[in-house]
Amino acid sequence: MILADGPATAVAEVGAATGVAQFAWLLVALPAFGAAVLLLGGRRTNAWGHLLGCLTVIAAFGYGLVLFLDSTGLPSAERVRELHLFSWIPVEALQVDFGLRLDPLSLVFVLLITGVGAAIHVYSIGYMAGDADRRKFFAYLNLFVAAMLVLVLGNSFVTLYLGWEGVGLASYLLIAFWHHRPEAATAAKKAFVMNRVGDVGLAIAIFMMFRTLGTTQYTEVFARAGEFSSGELLAITLLLLLGACGKSGQFPLQAWLPDAMAGPTPVSALIHAATMVTAGVYLVARANPLYDLSPDGRLVVTAIGAFTLLIGCVIGCAYDDFKKVLAYSTVSQIGYMILAVGLGSFGYALGIMHLLTHGFFKAGLFLGAGSVMHGMNDEGDIRRMGGLWRHMPITFVTWGLGYLALVGFPGLSGFFSKDAIIEAAFGQEGWRGWVFGGAALLGAGLTAFYMTRLLLMVFFGEKRWERLKSADGRDYHPHESPAVMTVPMILLAVGSVGAGVFLASGDRLATWLTPSLGALDKAEHGVLPHALVPVLTVALSALGALVAWLVVGRRPVPVERPRRVSLPVRAARADLYGNALNEALVARPGVWLSRALVYVDNKGVDGLVNGLAALLGGTSGRLRRLQTGFVRSYALSMLGGSVLVIAALMVVRFA
Amino acid sequence: MNGLGTASLAALMALPLLGGVVVALLRDNERLAKSVALGFSLVELALAAVLWAGYDPDGARLQMTSSVDWIAAVGAHLSFGVDGVALVMIAVVALLGPVVVGAAWRESLPAGRTQGGFLSLILVQQGLMVGVFAATDVFLFYVLFEIMLIPMYFLIGGYGGARRQYAAVKFFLYSFLGGLLMLASAIGAYVYAAGRLGHGTFDWATLVGVVRDAPLSTQVWLFLGFFAAFAIKAPLVPVHTWLPDAAAEAPIVVSVILVGVLDKVGMFGFLRYLLPMFPQASQELAPLVLVLAVVGVLYGSVLATGQRDMKRFIAYVSIAHFGFMALGVFAFSTQSQVGAVTYMVNHSVATGMLLLVIGMVIARGGSTRIGDYGGMARLTPLLGGLFLVAGLSTLSLPGTNSFVSEFLVLLGSYPREPVYTVLAALGMILAAVYVLWLYQRVFHGPVRGDALLGAAAGPGAVGDPARAKVPDLSARELAVLAPLVVLVLGLGIYPKPVLDVVTPSVSATMTEVGLADPVAQGGK
Repeated sequence: MILADGPATAVAEVGAATGVAQFAWLLVALPAFGAAVLLLGGRRTNAWGHLLGCLTVIAAFGYGLVLFLDSTGLPSAERVRELHLFSWIPVEALQVDFGLRLDPLSLVFVLLITGVGAAIHVYSIGYMAGDADRRKFFAYLNLFVAAMLVLVLGNSFVTLYLGWEGVGLASYLLIAFWHHRPEAATAAKKAFVMNRVGDVGLAIAIFMMFRTLGTTQYTEVFARAGEFSSGELLAITLLLLLGACGKSGQFPLQAWLPDAMAGPTPVSALIHAATMVTAGVYLVARANPLYDLSPDGRLVVTAIGAFTLLIGCVIGCAYDDFKKVLAYSTVSQIGYMILAVGLGSFGYALGIMHLLTHGFFKAGLFLGAGSVMHGMNDEGDIRRMGGLWRHMPITFVTWGLGYLALVGFPGLSGFFSKDAIIEAAFGQEGWRGWVFGGAALLGAGLTAFYMTRLLLMVFFGEKRWERLKSADGRDYHPHESPAVMTVPMILLAVGSVGAGVFLASGDRLATWLTPSLGALDKAEHGVLPHALVPVLTVALSALGALVAWLVVGRRPVPVERPRRVSLPVRAARADLYGNALNEALVARPGVWLSRALVYVDNKGVDGLVNGLAALLGGTSGRLRRLQTGFVRSYALSMLGGSVLVIAALMVVRFA
Repeated sequence: MNGLGTASLAALMALPLLGGVVVALLRDNERLAKSVALGFSLVELALAAVLWAGYDPDGARLQMTSSVDWIAAVGAHLSFGVDGVALVMIAVVALLGPVVVGAAWRESLPAGRTQGGFLSLILVQQGLMVGVFAATDVFLFYVLFEIMLIPMYFLIGGYGGARRQYAAVKFFLYSFLGGLLMLASAIGAYVYAAGRLGHGTFDWATLVGVVRDAPLSTQVWLFLGFFAAFAIKAPLVPVHTWLPDAAAEAPIVVSVILVGVLDKVGMFGFLRYLLPMFPQASQELAPLVLVLAVVGVLYGSVLATGQRDMKRFIAYVSIAHFGFMALGVFAFSTQSQVGAVTYMVNHSVATGMLLLVIGMVIARGGSTRIGDYGGMARLTPLLGGLFLVAGLSTLSLPGTNSFVSEFLVLLGSYPREPVYTVLAALGMILAAVYVLWLYQRVFHGPVRGDALLGAAAGPGAVGDPARAKVPDLSARELAVLAPLVVLVLGLGIYPKPVLDVVTPSVSATMTEVGLADPVAQGGK
């Protein structure tokens, strides 16, 4: 079978999509239809808009499941199929097809996006029940699902780009959903602009592909990847990585993601945790034939992942905002995934596996956070919470399971997916093994610390909210959320518990993904014995949890944030100065530049040209007289023109 | 079919001129004048459809041709015809007709001016612009190029804002000066050709055939004359300063014509006149144009970000976009030039729409200053949504029409000019900044601005956005914007019909320049 070959030839042949797969465009069309109806229908659809929004995604999930099962019935070598829809941008040598690629990788994403998406749509019915614009919210969510499906299903880098910026738009609209709040509006713009920085990288990578190969279709680019020079490959892989960093909140483009929490919580769960922000991981995995050929490019990917996972953890330890801690946790966990896919054939499938398990437990954690905030007058400050487990037991249990999955409690999903990445990182030769493995291991301990801190401050300890009032002056009356919200949380909790063992047992997921990603290699040696890594991970995680208990569990938590804190804490609270750096290096000089140029343009350029014109016309006074007599001036100009004509004739004659 | 096509081309030019006269005569009856103007513009649109249907993309270089003797002494003819580039631009002219008339329906004009007079000038302008794109005689092109300024001069100077006289004269002088330089070059080309042929002619095809082989030094001089005219018209930095003034003073619908179509004559001239007539000079001087183009992209973008006036904002956005188009033209690949041509079309649609929604914002807030607005999305969600659609097209979001053209320009320019392309690509980031920042300031945040807050019934209601009565889009405004929304999305998802019409003509231009595509089928 094709699995036996090395990674270079393991990419399966591309067949045509037939049978039930011919209608794969429905996957995109269903949510797009929902969005169109809800946006064009306006207030008339208010009564049933949320139901339509849920139905389209559930239907897409159902059809995605059919496609998935259909694909499992095929031999492994025939599982990469394409469906041509229409010719999108055809200009001579450039032929951009609008087509869909149905392969093990994209189908896994289809299930994640529509499955988790459906759960979050249903949850939103309850969460957004009091919002006058709930219909619009569902329209944007549907738009997001459609764009995200284009991103993962497209069969060329240009269709990927369409989905890529499409999800950026949906993200913008949803972060700014409560746009009367200035911070939400600013966060939305920041997210879009920082993403654009990455998008330009992606675009230039596409230009480079076109220059060398004359195509942007996956099939041809991957088959002919060997025609790139090594310099081109390095440039392309780094530019794609830039795109990935923008979308996935990786260093140095991570600063937008925590701000994006200004959007409604279901958005944070679906877009800014489970699906969209993992698109960067998808991109690197999808482009694996290019990364396989560029070890240097992969090294940078791994390094970015390792660095980001650490800064995410460190900052996550310092925040008191429920959602922002989870946001930095997301930054950090995607760092793990990016690290993994940077390991090449040792890690593509591991990155995707962690992406899937993370999709379950992080979405669940966010929905749980939303449920807590929903029952707490939209309070997000964990210093004002405490002892909530009695008041919202379902939320507590489901959130607790997500917590255990994330910190890597043995047997739960994060244990399998994160451990595998740490192991693979230690499996690298020499200093790489120590540095990347060490970073991943350290990250596991820090993760346990900040997550346990969160758990203890929210659900355990003193009920600090009893003696407080919320910002709008009301008492807190924490209560469990309705079933429409808790049922999706329970479903995601089940996934958080079981997904790891299901996907990892017998390398089920890695085998399934082989036609898309090549076979998963296992490191033979590495810098640490294989058996030692899980032991170390669990031990360090336990240590992290213990320290958290010592800091916030054993002692009462002050409601006011301590001001006199150590330098590292201060730095972490300031996002390790990432925003300050952006501000100082880009934003402020940009404002100065634009002000200076506006001045120059009004005074300098315009003045210069006016002056020149005046000089040509003799005096500016004579020019001004043009305003008084149009026809006479016309004649004057004609005269001037004639002189020029004669001059030109002489030039031509003597040339 | 060709006979019908030729007739429709003639009618496309004559009908708006006739309409202009009729509407001017009816100007005392405002309602009737407006209806008649709308009728003429709709018939014009139908004629453009007939022209499009009759055009064969893979047929002759110029189609629907006709020629009548004009000034026999110098061999100038009234010759008309279209290629794919002219065809799509004429389609844009015809399409914007009803949109502009509909948008001008309730335009508040300076005292003493009538709707009839205003619409009459717009119709005349429309007819002349069709003529400019359809002319296939170089002298005829020059004459129309200059005459075209006259209705626009009156539209800005007669119907604009407080400094309208200044803006109109500035516009006129700039364009006219450029035109004269072009005339000089046209005569130079004529003389050169006469020396070779033994008789003088201004026929485009004949001139191209002869002048293209002129020595480089001659080509360079002649190139510069045409280039000056087109660079001012486009406009490229640093001869752009007339545009912000003109756009700021002109009524919104006039800006739609000015920025949407009139300026495109510059780009059209690059492709139709500069490149085929002076292929060697075009290649030699390409670095000069490329520098101006990239400077234009970045300079225009940064200045757009810094503007405090919405109408000037649009002018600088357009300057940035003209930079992209010039890059596409002078990067010499079929993809980049097709990108430039579709950019001309898509910029008309996107910027036209953005201008119109800005006009609708101004109509509600009574100010062109960005700082006088805030939080409008809560008051007028529909206007907010369509403003965003126009804005997203302006920043070339994939799925909108403008993406296809910007992507083609950059992708097609990259193989030959990677450095300029990467620099211009930075404009993509700046576009996101200036569009979304404008949108945020006007539509997001708390409701601000005296006009918006004070629109409520009683004096006590000031500061209470819930009671501010700012109307959302009317049926007329929706009808004006709807066709543009359809084009923004339609040409974004399925641009093939336009690409198929434009590509053969651009390929012909590439052949006339004598350059092969840097990327052939299957890579380099």
